[in-house]
Amino acid sequence: MRKKGLALLAVAGSLAFGVAACGDDDDDGTASGSTTEQSSDGGDISGSIAIDGSSTVAPFAEAAAELFNEEYPDVKITVGTSGTGGGFEKFCAGETDISTASRPIDEEEEVPVCEQGGVKYTEIVVANDGIAVATNKDLAVDCMTVEQLKQLWNKGSKITKLSEIDPSFPDTELSLYGPGTDSGTFDFFTDQINGEEGVSREDYEASEDDNQLVTGVEGDDGGLGYFGFSYYEGAQDQLNLVGVDAGGGCVKPSTETIQDGSYKPLSRPLFVYPKADAVTRPEVKAFLDYTVENAAAIAEAAKIVPLTEEQVGTAKEELATAESGS
Amino acid sequence: MADHTAAASEGAMGRRTSLVRRPSRRSRFEAGVKALLFAAAAVSVAVTLAIIFSLVKETIAFFGDVSVGDYLFGTKWTPQFAGDQQSFGVIPLVWGTFYLTFIGLVVAVPVGILSGIYLAEFAPRRIRKIVKPVLELLAGVPTIVFGYFALTFFTPEVLRNFLGLGVNQFNALSAGIILGILVVPTIATLVEDAMSAVPQSLREGAAGLGANKVQTAIRVVFPAALSGVVAALVLGASRAVGETVIILIAGGQQANLSLNLYESYQSMAAYIAATARGDIPTGSIEYETIFIVGMTLFVLTLVLNLISIRLVRKYRQVYE
Repeated sequence: MRKKGLALLAVAGSLAFGVAACGDDDDDGTASGSTTEQSSDGGDISGSIAIDGSSTVAPFAEAAAELFNEEYPDVKITVGTSGTGGGFEKFCAGETDISTASRPIDEEEEVPVCEQGGVKYTEIVVANDGIAVATNKDLAVDCMTVEQLKQLWNKGSKITKLSEIDPSFPDTELSLYGPGTDSGTFDFFTDQINGEEGVSREDYEASEDDNQLVTGVEGDDGGLGYFGFSYYEGAQDQLNLVGVDAGGGCVKPSTETIQDGSYKPLSRPLFVYPKADAVTRPEVKAFLDYTVENAAAIAEAAKIVPLTEEQVGTAKEELATAESGS
Repeated sequence: MADHTAAASEGAMGRRTSLVRRPSRRSRFEAGVKALLFAAAAVSVAVTLAIIFSLVKETIAFFGDVSVGDYLFGTKWTPQFAGDQQSFGVIPLVWGTFYLTFIGLVVAVPVGILSGIYLAEFAPRRIRKIVKPVLELLAGVPTIVFGYFALTFFTPEVLRNFLGLGVNQFNALSAGIILGILVVPTIATLVEDAMSAVPQSLREGAAGLGANKVQTAIRVVFPAALSGVVAALVLGASRAVGETVIILIAGGQQANLSLNLYESYQSMAAYIAATARGDIPTGSIEYETIFIVGMTLFVLTLVLNLISIRLVRKYRQVYE
């Protein structure tokens, strides 16, 4: 599908941007280097960029927009949080320029919609994320296996206390929190834990707003929930982090275990999908260049797990090919 | 030529005598004002009709996919799930709405009526001067402020720490009580107005028969103002039924069919708000649920208002 996007770009014939992209790419990649170069060739860029999609990627996109605006104050960037599915819905209808996603675009359900809408795109990994399973401070659980999580969260589950799963777990009445069904976090968790995307017990408090989930887990004695790791980090003093055992021993999510993928199966890359038509616009191109170039700094500002060196290299390549349109 | 003289004489006559009715500048101005006033009134009618139309359209589409019986009598509301987990029984939402409204009214009715009576009959002028503006201020507080007040102060500090109740972070008790507080000014102000409108002669008559102040207020003035009081209650209930933000923030988002005050509930209005936040594709069945729930809420509020009109007529007493 990436090839198709590039074909369209070639038609668009944005040779100038291709050259510029190559220039950026050849640059050694330090943030300061790219900054000077960009402001020299386009400090007067203006326009607007519509971004929508995953609520997990939103902090990253917002931080990117904020930092980018320090250099290009005339570019208006809106960041929506419709969820990954909702974001693609708008993206494929041509309403947004960049879609953010916490999972790859769905080959069967979403790709055809985009094709129908004539929207071509490129996929770029911009950060890493893990889903944290967390409980209230008073609900002392150190580690759960994937199987135990499945018992708790699977469709039709009647578990009301963790002690029903394992007698060594606390005997507190649970109150469960999780993301809404449009969220990429929900899709990813249900896919990895329950074995099928979208299958889950229904009687839990669902919200697209991860902060509301954190508030709930933090406040209820039997609070247990799952949400993006960055939201856990923001409230880690008030929450108890549960490690996950996928068969190879208990691993707690952290920057390192999420980056290297050892926190299984709940770590994942985060994506942005720029629309091919939009990449030809100078403001979008500048924004993407900036984002990839400064991905680590943005991730840090957004309290999200940054890319490894190797991933940054791949992202740059993806972007360069998208921009050169070849 | 004849035309010319006729026009001239008409002009002169129009100014001097009122026997011949001619559109003068003044009457034309009045007609313009009338048309303007009519247009203003027509706007609200037109908007109401447009709302009904938009609701009906999606309602019909919705009932193309889901049977009326499944919707009205189903006890499981999980439209956002897929496959066989999807269920469209609206009863939990209706229940959540009325349960929270009920809790709110348990707080608002006594507090509202008693403070209305106090303000109308007993309060010294100095106290009235302070209490009334404060009540009006309370009525003007945005509901989102009430919502976060319930979530971040009332639930943890008052219910949990002070009263020691084991409520969930999102629970019916907190949302319901704060909902009641929201409605208090509505009820209090209307009750006070209704009682103040009772003619002074009734109070004088009661005093002449030897009734003291409390007896006069409770046995004479209050019954005389009953139609206004009933209107106040129904208006308060309507306000609570349609209230969205407090429940969305403090009451939780779980369609729940139980009696437990400590658990989280979802009301119809809160469901609409939570679902319409931009996550769902236009035209999907989830999208249609927003409208069908809106339609249900619309019909229920309409019924409530009709009841109130009935009751007000029934208890109305007219004094000279």
